[in-house]
Amino acid sequence: MFRFIVRRLLQMVLTFFGATLLVYALMFSNQGSPAQVIQSLVGERPVTPAQVAVLTERYHLNEGFWTQYGYYMKGLLQLDFGTSLTGRPIGDMIAQAWPVTIRLAVIGVLFAILFGVTAGVVAGIRRAGVFDNATLILTLLLISIPVIVLAPLAQYFFGIKLSWFPPTAGGDPDWWALFLPGLVLGSLSLATYSRLTRTSVAENLRADYVRTARAKGLPRSRVIGVHVLRNSLIPVVTYIGIDIGGLMAGAIITEGVFNIPGVGFNLFRGIRTEDGPLVVGFVSLLVIVFLVANLIVDIMYAVLDPRIRYE
Amino acid sequence: MRGKTLKMAVATTAITLIATGCSSSDPDDSGSSNSNAVVSIEIAEPQHLIPSNTTETSGAQVLAALFSPLVDFDKDNKPYEVAAESITSTDNTLWTVKLKDGYTFHNGEKVTSDSYINAWNYGAYGPNGQGGAYFWEKVDGYADLQSTDPDGEEGPQKAPEPKAKKLTGLAKVDDLTFTVKLAAPFSEFKAVLGYTSFYPLPAAAWQSDGVLKEGFEDAIVGNGPFKLKGAWQHDQGIEVEKYDAYPGEKPKVGGVNFKIYQQLTSAYADLQADNLDVVKTIPTEVLSSAQTDLGDRFKQSPASTFQFVAFPTFQPEFAKAEVRKAISQAIDRDEIIKAVFKGSQKSARSFVSPVVAGYRDNTCADACVFDAAKAKAAYTAAGGPAKLQISYNGDGGHKEWVDATCNQLKTNLGVECVGTAEPKFADLLTKVESKTPVGMFRMGWVMDYPSMENYLGPLYSTNGSSNYYGYSNPAFDALVKEGASAPSLDEAIKKYQAAEDILVQDMPVIPLRFGQNTFGHSNKVKNVEIDLFNRVNLLKIEAVS
Repeated sequence: MFRFIVRRLLQMVLTFFGATLLVYALMFSNQGSPAQVIQSLVGERPVTPAQVAVLTERYHLNEGFWTQYGYYMKGLLQLDFGTSLTGRPIGDMIAQAWPVTIRLAVIGVLFAILFGVTAGVVAGIRRAGVFDNATLILTLLLISIPVIVLAPLAQYFFGIKLSWFPPTAGGDPDWWALFLPGLVLGSLSLATYSRLTRTSVAENLRADYVRTARAKGLPRSRVIGVHVLRNSLIPVVTYIGIDIGGLMAGAIITEGVFNIPGVGFNLFRGIRTEDGPLVVGFVSLLVIVFLVANLIVDIMYAVLDPRIRYE
Repeated sequence: MRGKTLKMAVATTAITLIATGCSSSDPDDSGSSNSNAVVSIEIAEPQHLIPSNTTETSGAQVLAALFSPLVDFDKDNKPYEVAAESITSTDNTLWTVKLKDGYTFHNGEKVTSDSYINAWNYGAYGPNGQGGAYFWEKVDGYADLQSTDPDGEEGPQKAPEPKAKKLTGLAKVDDLTFTVKLAAPFSEFKAVLGYTSFYPLPAAAWQSDGVLKEGFEDAIVGNGPFKLKGAWQHDQGIEVEKYDAYPGEKPKVGGVNFKIYQQLTSAYADLQADNLDVVKTIPTEVLSSAQTDLGDRFKQSPASTFQFVAFPTFQPEFAKAEVRKAISQAIDRDEIIKAVFKGSQKSARSFVSPVVAGYRDNTCADACVFDAAKAKAAYTAAGGPAKLQISYNGDGGHKEWVDATCNQLKTNLGVECVGTAEPKFADLLTKVESKTPVGMFRMGWVMDYPSMENYLGPLYSTNGSSNYYGYSNPAFDALVKEGASAPSLDEAIKKYQAAEDILVQDMPVIPLRFGQNTFGHSNKVKNVEIDLFNRVNLLKIEAVS
């Protein structure tokens, strides 16, 4: 197990550099001339030639791809993420954005696991029953409403009409302010979690080892809780691993609606203003989150199913 | 000042509100005001807070709290002195600025001539890359502070250091008096001084002569009615509180919390829940429901935006003024405003905005009056192109009205017409500058200072900073120049109006719409006014207690 983790960590370093190079190259190829980049920073106001000249110089916009990437990497190795085209240190922006988005994602994932997995298990056991059908319809409904509709709706009803939650979270929100956006974010994964769990549970109920366990006369709770659930969770856990990274990046709309200056918002801003270093900084960390989440998932496999070994 | 405001549709019904917010001194306003309350105002994340680098509305709104301008504008949009005692000139070239005594920066420093001279030299110096640098263009010695890259922006060579570091046109007389010498006479220079870029900076701002201290921007020190509370919390908010030693007109609230929003719709949600006091621009999406939602808290006031469609006059098919006029005549402006902007903006039939002195209604006359039959006859007679195209930037919410305009041209002129989106404004400009045939293209303008000159000069003179359509008429250039050097405002206006009459003949652009501020406030504040620059008047706003 230890050797497996070390090997994976070393792979992560390679993946990290590969991913940053790729993202940097994509941003670079999409970037217009220096004058265009600077114009997109300021909107529709005219830019003076002197301003273009000085900003071009400051951000090395007139240099080739490898030189620009070299400058960026040199800084990164000294733990300096560089400055965004607006002049703010990207390190500061990352430090400010990540904690908020992580809290948001935690609320979302916990909510989705709690309700999604529970509903899935119950539906799987009582297949074709009323609860099963109701869950199927509800999750179908939830899956078909895009977040761009769901988020403002939730904000309108629970934030403005009922005043249960603050309508927006703002820059430095407490857990309570993040609760509603977290639920909105989590509800997208909830449907998938519950359906994955339901199918998996339903299938495992027919497995030989479940029949054996029943035949041995084990209590029903133990058969379901230990034998069925443990094995059924493997596909769900795999999906959660992928989903965590997705939740962080996918928070663009939720963060926008609830005014949370997190990762999604910064990515959106960086792409809009062709701010290469800003996008690469955030994407690099997203890559790390993905990698770590998937490492944890792999370790979880071994916990859930002792037959899976890493040597 | 262009940018954010341009992208938002603004609203009004017909004749409302000549002056900014005459609706506010409502006798029905109940409740006394609480002079210690903190009110909250929606802004977007400012790009910068150094005055000479602040050219968008959010930054300007914050600076309006922290700084006191030399001049402000009264309800007729004429400049009056605030931090200045007097601003005078005998020949419109050499201007003497006398400062009021008793103004201090928030760190206790006295505001002196040097506070202005140093800040302005910094702003004008090319290598500092300040967004508002062009405001000093008119001052003597500006050219020597700039340098151009010898091999263009793409080349490897660096631009050489400019010849000078300081404007020769700025001279200190004594601690409270300084003079500004312009390169050419300009009768309305006093109005120019009302812009954000002309605020002073304290000695504490400087690391060394001409070098700004690192981090000063996040903890900026001004000379205005409010001082910064804490530091600028990026993407979150900026808080200011009353500055007790301010000698000018005292604000009626204890402080202002500028809350930063990424989306106007989320600010609007907070406004409805009374979590936020002022939304400066009601988002277009909710424009139709906002009047019901907010009732008499839904407000409108004039703004300076001017939207138009420009012709690439250098292209042969648009070279004839008759063709350009016929196209203008084929557009039903009122219909588009009703259908697309829900009756919010106003139809434009002049080349300058109604918010400046010297504006005349319907200068464009026949060419802007919708008449499909006449338009078609004139278009055919002049041999207009069989295919038209209107280019616009896709990120600015222009698709709807451009498509509507195209449809009208199709029906009324019997031509083909397509609206073509460029991803961003910068892409559109690049194409236009390289004379790529993009057909007609949309443009907009927000004024920097209230003067006809600020519309005519940059947009239509041969070397105008925003003249992207190659329009050039020596007679027009001469009249604008004569206006700028005219001995009095009235004489200047006569020249400007004569210049505008030339535009009516030549029709280099089609005037389409004038903007309006459409804003709303919570139940917790009253006397909310928004000026021509989309800024809340912080001296007027009161909290209802």
